[in-house]
Amino acid sequence: MDTHFAQRRRRDLIMAGCLTVIAALVPLFVKDVYVQNIMVLTLMYAALSQSWNILSGYCGQISLGHALYFGLGAYTTALLFTKFGVLPWFGMLAGGAISAVIAMALGYPCFRLRGHYFVIATIVIAEIALLLIQNWDWAGAALGIDIPVRGDSWLKFQFTRSKLPYFYFALALACIAWLVTWWLEDSKWGYWWRAVKDNPDAAESLGVVVFNSKMGAAAVSAFLVAVGGSFYAQFVSYIDPESVMGFQFSLLMALPAVLGGIGTLWGPVLGAVILIPLTELTRSFVGGSGRGVDLIVYGTLIVLISLALPRGLVSVFSLRKEAAR
Amino acid sequence: MTAETIIQSLASGLLMGLLYGLIAAGLALIFGLMDVVNFAHGEFLMIAMYATFFLFAYFAIDPLLAAPLVAAALFVFGAVVYLLVVRFAVRAKANAGMVQIFSTFGLAIVMRGLAQFFFTPDYRSVTHSWLGGKTVSVAGIYLPEPQLVGALVSVVAFIALYFFIHRTDFGRALEATREDAGAVALVGIDKNKVFALGWGLGAALVGLAGAIMAIFFYVYPDVGASFALIAYVTVALGGFGSVFGAFAGGIIVGLVEATTALILPPSLKSVGIYAVYLLIVFIRPRGLFGSM
Repeated sequence: MDTHFAQRRRRDLIMAGCLTVIAALVPLFVKDVYVQNIMVLTLMYAALSQSWNILSGYCGQISLGHALYFGLGAYTTALLFTKFGVLPWFGMLAGGAISAVIAMALGYPCFRLRGHYFVIATIVIAEIALLLIQNWDWAGAALGIDIPVRGDSWLKFQFTRSKLPYFYFALALACIAWLVTWWLEDSKWGYWWRAVKDNPDAAESLGVVVFNSKMGAAAVSAFLVAVGGSFYAQFVSYIDPESVMGFQFSLLMALPAVLGGIGTLWGPVLGAVILIPLTELTRSFVGGSGRGVDLIVYGTLIVLISLALPRGLVSVFSLRKEAAR
Repeated sequence: MTAETIIQSLASGLLMGLLYGLIAAGLALIFGLMDVVNFAHGEFLMIAMYATFFLFAYFAIDPLLAAPLVAAALFVFGAVVYLLVVRFAVRAKANAGMVQIFSTFGLAIVMRGLAQFFFTPDYRSVTHSWLGGKTVSVAGIYLPEPQLVGALVSVVAFIALYFFIHRTDFGRALEATREDAGAVALVGIDKNKVFALGWGLGAALVGLAGAIMAIFFYVYPDVGASFALIAYVTVALGGFGSVFGAFAGGIIVGLVEATTALILPPSLKSVGIYAVYLLIVFIRPRGLFGSM
């Protein structure tokens, strides 16, 4: 059993390596800017969803307020850069650190809540932060922040002529999020989290410090999501409260993991690779008229997948493997 | 700030709060019955408001007369949603909570998309109605008539709901199914039928609320989203599993919102509601009257 698990982990790692190499080569053949843009977003959502999955999937604390950390990352980077000239790389780390600390500070009272009370608390906290930023004049209030373009440079993490640097950064981010998850899966934390998810009372009685486990998951998850937010701010070079901290973002972050397979290593990647291109394509082909066809397609898909495959799309692959054996 | 302005805003807050209670009643009823949170609840409200608007625009039916028709239409709609979507969601063998959240949430997106497709994203309003724009003055306090009637409808609806749950066979079947869905099958109650009727009833209540909201609020495809979060907070404040908790929750939400609007800029009025929610669940993790 143990060797089987070790084998699977090694296979996962090799597969991830191969996929990364293939993904890294794709831009050499695909020069279309529109398609590259979709690829960047897909990788970003894969990274975000993978990070969300750590707290909500593995540890079972369903957060529908992760837009808070995404927005914190975006705003920290943008404010430090525009107001104090701090380079985005430092802003990224600062945003991550601030988010991790805030996640633990909020976790302190929130992790006592269970079920829907917890979910609603996460939504409500993100919503309070959104309203406060919308009314914070120094941070641009509802109008947001325009990040001035100072030319192409890795130092300032700004690229106007090509999307490729963003693509490779997003790929690196997705890899990091995946590797962190891969590593945590087989660590003490990983086992604790699954125990907390399945039965917190039993876990507690067996010596798992439930509260600390949740805090750890929240900090890691928030840090990575905030880095994603920093990246997004640089990528779009304009942010406003609604577009980085709105409720929609919390859902968009959760959906790939949910549809791909919540609490699984490959679910978020698979979900993002299918969902994000589909969303973007339906939006540009049928949604341009503003008639909501993209929403109809997207919503129907969510209903059908969640009803037909409660374990997510990864279950299709594992079923086939079971059958082959 | 005079005592008069404070009383004035608390009075309108109370009326709005009773309406919030009515909006949330269906959500609380459905949750109490089968532990499912309907994430399309705001969209149920949205189609009720559209139905009211179109009855007014094409048949010149006043929203007050339309209310029972809209409630009846929503009853059918709610039952159909249960039979087509939710029935399968509650059967999920894995990740049951997730499946319920995201299947109803997907439905919400579809409904919003359909509303945009058929009705366009334009803001519409019921331009003139029996109550629209009128106020009554009671002891120097001005109360807007639509909200006043809405509050009365809410109180009547909750009283009716009380008698319905405690005094009728169907109400008893609801209670019994809620307590033990397996055992009721033994005495010949069809669980699916009870759930479908429960969803119908929950949707009819929000239909009633939508008809009244349409008198004084704009109707547009995303209108539900603004009220859905308030409805969830209302139900959770009262405590999941308690229909009458939603009534108390609504009153608290309305009063807190009015108080916040006195102190903070209007754009921050929801912050008060959310903060009070957090405060209450941090002290009482099951809400005020919750059973779980």
